[in-house]
Amino acid sequence: MNKKDIIICRCEDVSLADIHEALDMGYRDFESIKRILRVGMGPCQGQTCAHLVKNEIARYNKVNPESVKIHKTRPLISGVVLKDIAKGDDDE
Amino acid sequence: MINRDLVIIGGGPAGLSAAKVALDAGMNVTLIERFNQLGGQLIKQTHKFFGSKLQYAKTRGFEIAKILIDDLSTYSEDRLQILLDATCVGLYPDKVLTVYQYNKYLKYKAKSVIVATGASEKVLAFENNDLPGIYGAGAIQTIMNIYGIQPGKEVVMVGSGNIGLIVSYQLIQAGVKVKALLEASSTIGGYLVHASKLKRLGVDLLTNTTVKKALGKDQLEKIITVRLDDQWKEIPGSEKEIETDVLCISVGLSPLHQLMSMAGADMLDISELGGLVPKKTCDYETSIKNVYACGDVTGIEEASSAMVEGRICGLMAANHLGFKHPNALELENDLNNQLCVLRQGPCGEKIRCGLKKAGEINV
Repeated sequence: MNKKDIIICRCEDVSLADIHEALDMGYRDFESIKRILRVGMGPCQGQTCAHLVKNEIARYNKVNPESVKIHKTRPLISGVVLKDIAKGDDDE
Repeated sequence: MINRDLVIIGGGPAGLSAAKVALDAGMNVTLIERFNQLGGQLIKQTHKFFGSKLQYAKTRGFEIAKILIDDLSTYSEDRLQILLDATCVGLYPDKVLTVYQYNKYLKYKAKSVIVATGASEKVLAFENNDLPGIYGAGAIQTIMNIYGIQPGKEVVMVGSGNIGLIVSYQLIQAGVKVKALLEASSTIGGYLVHASKLKRLGVDLLTNTTVKKALGKDQLEKIITVRLDDQWKEIPGSEKEIETDVLCISVGLSPLHQLMSMAGADMLDISELGGLVPKKTCDYETSIKNVYACGDVTGIEEASSAMVEGRICGLMAANHLGFKHPNALELENDLNNQLCVLRQGPCGEKIRCGLKKAGEINV
């Protein structure tokens, strides 16, 4: 099995090999792996990769996937052009 | 800042149904939909629904969408505002919502919010899973049933839940050869009536089998399947090659929880419900006062239960703010009964188990 060809986070192009390498280096929770690899920081904000990453963390730590916390969701949910925020509402 | 009694996020079966009841109770409503038309997944469903007449059984999905949309056509613009091509990008605990539509960043302040965002598809991790030609079942339905484009010549389906079975049949109807349907577990997940239909049409239904690898130069050309034992471990030497230009992944859905998580609602991770779902009371209220959730975002189920949950949510949102629906009590009892009936029997076991884990079993 070539783990480099198994894409886990397609937004940020992170492979299973990258995830396993991070786990081996000692990053054992979602928030840490996110900071190292940017999983869940792309356009879909983790909706696609979160359950895959969660399962890999659970398998590595030998725990139930339901007990693995995923990353914190922060506004905004998708890309918004900064100019559009800056110009504000018409009625403001 | 635009002030509204109720803002509903999501214009699928749950959101549309919630809007109708809330409008009947006298609320003014804003309905936010990300796509360019209302109806959610229903607009891609060309098959007739099962179940009871109460949830439009024997009617095709896209026709149910039409009925739900028509139900809203009598309300004036100040009562019902529909935003299409609009994404709710932020939900905050004080019920302020930010919406992005046509390069405009809009702000709403709602007295009540109903989150009916639905779900998205789960993906699978296997070698070369990023090759062009590999789709989710939702994408296949979108390009085939909305845009009328044939996704390819041949397809292998992964997953035998109702979506996998129904989309396989739709692919055959569209003239695509379904070469095999793979199911990792030992039994077919969806209704037998759908599976039998495929079997009669000569589709190989391969249980205990999954996709190990995709192969192709610029796009998918073939896949390698592998058999799995009872512990879901690959059986060495059981690999087989199937030539195909399309691979369709239909291995379940996960709730679009982001807005609920972002707002700080108490969340539960329940595998039977598809992943992260908001904790809610029997009134469908989340841990944030006057914020409700219904449909797939509270646990993966069918469109029929999403419609019923939506109606209950609309009713509750109205009740809690003192808006009186003409026959509130009767409706509430009736809707709760409908949900019980929908979740009865062996097909409802998973959802019953999930709801029990969430501590809100009312079945």
